[in-house]
Amino acid sequence: MPVHKPRVAVWKFASCDGCQLTMLDCEDALLAIADKVEIANFREASSAVVEGPYDLSLVEGSVTTPEDVRRVKEVRAESRVLVTIGACATAGGIQALRNFADVDEYRRLVYAQPQYIETLATSTPIADHVPVDFELRGCPISKAQLLEVISAYLTNRAPNVPNESVCIECKRRGNVCVLVAHGTPCLGPVTQAGCGAICPAFHRGCYGCFGPQGSPNVPSMLKELGELGMAPLPMYRVFRTFNAMAPAFRSAADSAVSEEDAP
Amino acid sequence: MVELKVGDRRVLGRGDFPAFFAALRDAGYDVIGPTIHDGAIVYDRLTRVEDLPIGWTDRQGPGKYRLERRGDQALFGYNVGPFTWKKFLYPPRERLWTAYRDGDAFSIEPEPVDGPPLAFLGMRACELAGVRVTDRVFQGGPVADPGYSARRSRLLRIAVECGEAGANCFCVSMGTGPGVGADVDLVLTEILEPGPHRFLLRVGSPAGAEVLARVPLTPAEPTDGQIAEAIVERTAGSMGRTMNTEGIRDLLRNNLEHPRWDNVAKRCLACTNCTMVCPTCFCSTQEEVPDLDVSKVERWRRWDSCFNLAFTELHGSSVRKSGLSRYRQWLTHKLGTWNDQFGSSGCVGCGRCITWCPVGIDLTEEVAAIRKSPGATAAAATKGGSP
Ligand code: SF4
Ligand code: SF4
Repeated sequence: MPVHKPRVAVWKFASCDGCQLTMLDCEDALLAIADKVEIANFREASSAVVEGPYDLSLVEGSVTTPEDVRRVKEVRAESRVLVTIGACATAGGIQALRNFADVDEYRRLVYAQPQYIETLATSTPIADHVPVDFELRGCPISKAQLLEVISAYLTNRAPNVPNESVCIECKRRGNVCVLVAHGTPCLGPVTQAGCGAICPAFHRGCYGCFGPQGSPNVPSMLKELGELGMAPLPMYRVFRTFNAMAPAFRSAADSAVSEEDAP
Repeated sequence: MVELKVGDRRVLGRGDFPAFFAALRDAGYDVIGPTIHDGAIVYDRLTRVEDLPIGWTDRQGPGKYRLERRGDQALFGYNVGPFTWKKFLYPPRERLWTAYRDGDAFSIEPEPVDGPPLAFLGMRACELAGVRVTDRVFQGGPVADPGYSARRSRLLRIAVECGEAGANCFCVSMGTGPGVGADVDLVLTEILEPGPHRFLLRVGSPAGAEVLARVPLTPAEPTDGQIAEAIVERTAGSMGRTMNTEGIRDLLRNNLEHPRWDNVAKRCLACTNCTMVCPTCFCSTQEEVPDLDVSKVERWRRWDSCFNLAFTELHGSSVRKSGLSRYRQWLTHKLGTWNDQFGSSGCVGCGRCITWCPVGIDLTEEVAAIRKSPGATAAAATKGGSP
């Protein structure tokens, strides 16, 4: 560990701030961290900014403007370790749906003076622009995994964040499988664990917030969703959410509907 | 009251079942048994007889499970559900020890393994066999697992002989059921008719005899024994599945490049459900959880699965990258190399992996497909092996 208190910075790009709020939500654990590290930049918590370089940068949000492209390079240059947090930073987020649409049209429809809006045609993950040391998934991220990642980097070890499926979390937790016992369509088998299998615990199918698991079998999952009675369009939509640009989910949505049926 | 001996048979009336249940609790046991939760029959702590799924049954198929009402008030009129007794002997997450740093030295504090003795009420024959398998896994080697051994040594096994077979059951093929043998504490056979609703009770151990000391029982008539035997025979004759196990170890070993592996890999989601629900799958991963200044480190063990990519991760990459290699590893171990390692099959024929596989992959069908065309290879697919 460095002799000085490690300096941690939290950065925001295009996002809802939910992942940063997860950090604030860590309460007691956050106080313990605050004691061990210097929080150099965390706008959700304090307006004080300490100059870099930083030992650990946590980056929330996706790259959506030319300014973001410039700023993310600055953040990288000032950071020893850069960890991206949340679906926006790791997959482009829900705003990456623009990647499948015409952004100029959005601009004209939404803003009275579209000429003042400078934006990119795409929303992309941070790793598309700079090297990233670790990607922490989730929409939002899990408290426990965030603390694990911070603790891992502050003690120079690899974070223990498995890329297994949500199913294993259901079974460890004691959830009855909603797909097998209730016939509820569920993305758990192709989705990465981390949330604690919250939705199935409340009788809902998994929505895929943590993105694809380590080895997702998309064709088999689509076939099963179809057999459970899910029509092509809902199947397409269920993969076009927070992790729509994650390659496995992107191909799942693409193969759920034929090209002419795609909305 | 006459003392009961191992091998004695008595009849327990349905009306006296609460007295039997109370006797277990009075003897200090935490009673674990079947109960309904979220649309399935699971194993959990029971506080009264009414916690049992009275009058319910389960309909199972590949990748399918539904509860249904029965036309009677049977206490044990269903087969096995999504969870196994292993979660009580070998919990999904368990702290193994804690280490404290003290300057340059450190000390290790083992995890206490106390807790009340457990009574498993309603174990099926295949499940008793499953515990015999995990006994060998956790206690058969030179070092016994302390947590498992402590919980196992205080366990009372109360078995129920199945009155019906489920659609995915094949205990007869695996030689594990449905009749219950001698390695047990108590055995119940539920008799719904003819005559009053009652249980034929067989004493399997002194610990089993002890809990019966103050339970009202009546002598077993020869006809009770005949009825119970007929029930077990009928169940044995109505197995939902069969698996030909003849030479199965060599069959699988000699067919590692069979095209069927590719066929099943296309369906397999690598989701781990089959291994989680299997009563004998025992794999785990260990993780160290340090506090922020590494003054204290806890070692945790949690259930892991050979279907996980990280299960064989070495130097940042997995040995078994393809779904094919992972399914093949699971099945060839379970039915084949398990024999070399533990002296028995790893499969007890409970059918859980068939029911709880989201895409309904059925190991009996996979084995049959390989047996049908042994030696078949898909030349193109097997070039250079299948990593
Ligand atoms: S392999 Fe399947 S049928 Fe065999 S014991 Fe395990 S879960 Fe039961
Ligand atoms: S066999 Fe079924 S339950 Fe097992 S990993 Fe494959 S899809 Fe999941």
